[in-house]
Amino acid sequence: MNDLRDLYQEVIFDHNRSPRNFGLLEHPTHQAHGVNPLCGDELTVSLVLDKDGVIEDLRFEGRGCAISTASASIMTETLKGLSVPEADRYFDAFHAMATGQTPSQTDLPALTKLEVLSGVRDYPARVKCATLAWHTVRSALHNASASVTTE
Amino acid sequence: MNSAALNQNPPALDAYALRADFPALAQQINDHPLVYLDNGATTQKPQAVIDAVADFYSHDNANVHRGVHGLSQRASDRFDGAREKVRAFINAPSCAEVIFTQGTTGAINLVAQSYGRSILKKADEVLVSAMEHHANIVPWQLLCEETGATLKVAPMNNNAELLLEDFANLLSEKTRIVALTHVSNALGTINPIQQLTRQAHQAGAVVLIDGAQSVAHGPVDVQSLGCDFFAFSGHKLYGPTGIGVLYGREALLEAMPPWLGGGDMIRTVSFEGSTWNALPYKFEAGTPHIAGVVGLGAAIDYLEAIGLQAISAHEQALLALATQRAHSQPGMRIIGNASDKAAIVSFELEGIHPHDVGTILDSVGVAIRTGHHCAMPVMKFFDVPATARASFGLYNTAEDINALFDAITKTQSLFAR
Repeated sequence: MNDLRDLYQEVIFDHNRSPRNFGLLEHPTHQAHGVNPLCGDELTVSLVLDKDGVIEDLRFEGRGCAISTASASIMTETLKGLSVPEADRYFDAFHAMATGQTPSQTDLPALTKLEVLSGVRDYPARVKCATLAWHTVRSALHNASASVTTE
Repeated sequence: MNSAALNQNPPALDAYALRADFPALAQQINDHPLVYLDNGATTQKPQAVIDAVADFYSHDNANVHRGVHGLSQRASDRFDGAREKVRAFINAPSCAEVIFTQGTTGAINLVAQSYGRSILKKADEVLVSAMEHHANIVPWQLLCEETGATLKVAPMNNNAELLLEDFANLLSEKTRIVALTHVSNALGTINPIQQLTRQAHQAGAVVLIDGAQSVAHGPVDVQSLGCDFFAFSGHKLYGPTGIGVLYGREALLEAMPPWLGGGDMIRTVSFEGSTWNALPYKFEAGTPHIAGVVGLGAAIDYLEAIGLQAISAHEQALLALATQRAHSQPGMRIIGNASDKAAIVSFELEGIHPHDVGTILDSVGVAIRTGHHCAMPVMKFFDVPATARASFGLYNTAEDINALFDAITKTQSLFAR
C-alpha cells in the first residue's frame, strides 16, 4: 500500500497553507492560464522576463488541491532568477519525476525542494495536479498558447 | 419517486444480507474493506447480473432478429423478454415505446437529433434547469447552434431547489422542448416532475426527463410522471455499462425520423430510397448490446424482488443519518439542501480541496467521487471548483457512514497540522 505520508509531506501542507508568490503580477511580460478539466482546477501563471531572458519575477494564482498549490508554489521559488532554457530543463526533470519516467535528456538539474512532490508518481490520478503549474509556466514562457489543459 | 415513500412502511431491506450478492464489495482497498459510496457514478453488479451476462454468452449467444436457427431465436427471446421487463419496470404502455440506447447520454442525443432537429425553428426555445448534468445540456446546445433556437435555463435557489415561479415564467409558446433531470447527480435534488411536466404541456412543450439518478432509487412510473421522453442508464441500475433506455410516447416516436441508419432499423432498402422498420426497431440500428440488455433485465428482476419502495426507504434513512452526521461535523458544508432529496451528499470541507479529500478517503478504502460531477454550471453557481460526493445505494449501511465520517475526521486532522 502507498503511504499517504509520502504524498502529503509536511512541506506540501506548508505551501498549501501559505503559498509563496501568490497573486498575479501587474505588468507581466508573459502570462498563461491552465486548467485541469478532470477536476475543474484552474491556475494562472504570470512572469516578467528581463532583457537577458531571465525570469525576473514569477507569480501564480488559482484554486487547486494541496498538491497543485504546493507544486505551483515551489515552482515559483525554483524558477525565479533562471533563464528560459534552464527553466525548460527543470520542466523536463520535474515531469520525469512526477510521471516516474526516465528523462529524455541527461544532466538535468537536481530537483532538491521539488522532491517532496515525488510521491505523486504512485497516485496516477494525481500526477496532473502536480504538473498543471509546470505545463502552464512552459506555455507562458514559450507563448505556445494563452491557455493550456492537462488533457 | 419521492421521499413520501418513507411513510408507506414498505418491508424493510436487509442491506447486510444483500451485500453478499455483490462480489465486488467484498474486497480490500489499500488494506481496508471497500466502502463504496460512488453509486451516483455507477453501481456495483449483483451476481445475478454477472451470471445472466455470462450465461447468455455461454449458452444463448447469437445475433437477434436475423437468424432462423434455434440459437438466434433463443437470443431474440431473451432480448425481447428484457424489453418487456423494462416496459413493466417504468410502466410504459407498450414495448414499442422502449428503445435501447448506449445509455442516458445516447438516449438524450437521440431525442435532440431526431425529434429536436425535425421540429426546432430559429425563434424556438429549449428549456433546461440550472442543475443539469452535461449530458442534458450539451446535446441541446449542439441542437440550438444548428437550428438557431435558444437555450433557456431555469434557475435554482441556494438550497438547490428549482425556482418554480421562474420556471413557469420561462415557459411560453416559443418553448418547444423542456429537458429536466429527475434527480440532480451533483446535488441530490428531486424535482417535482409531475407538476413541471403539466406546466410545460400547458405551454405546448414536449418534456424529456433525465432519469439516470432516479430509476434505481425508487419507483418510477412514466405514465404518472406524464413526461414524453424518459432516459436512463443500465449501469446506474446495478446492470451492465453500455446499455440504456429511451422511453418515448408512441405518437412522437412514430413521427420522428430515424437518427442512426443501418441494419435492423429498415423495412426495405433500395438505392432509390428506404423505408423504416416499426417501433422500437426504427431507432435501433445495428447489432444491439444484446448481453447488456439481458443483464439489464436481470438487474430489474433483482431490484423488483427487493422492492423499489424498500430501496427508497432504506436510502432515505441513510440520507437522514449522513445529513445529521454532516451537520455535527465541524468544517463540513453540504452543497444541495433541497427539501426533497435522493441519497446523494455533495460536500466540501473547509480549507481542503475535494481532490485531497478523495485521495485521503481512498487511503482508508472509502470510495467517493470528487470533481465537478459533469455539472460545471452547478459548481459555478455554488462558487466551488469541485465537490466531494458520497452517493448511496441499496447495499450501503450505517457502518459505511461511520467509515465515511471517520475518514473525513482523519482528513481534517491531517490538514490541521
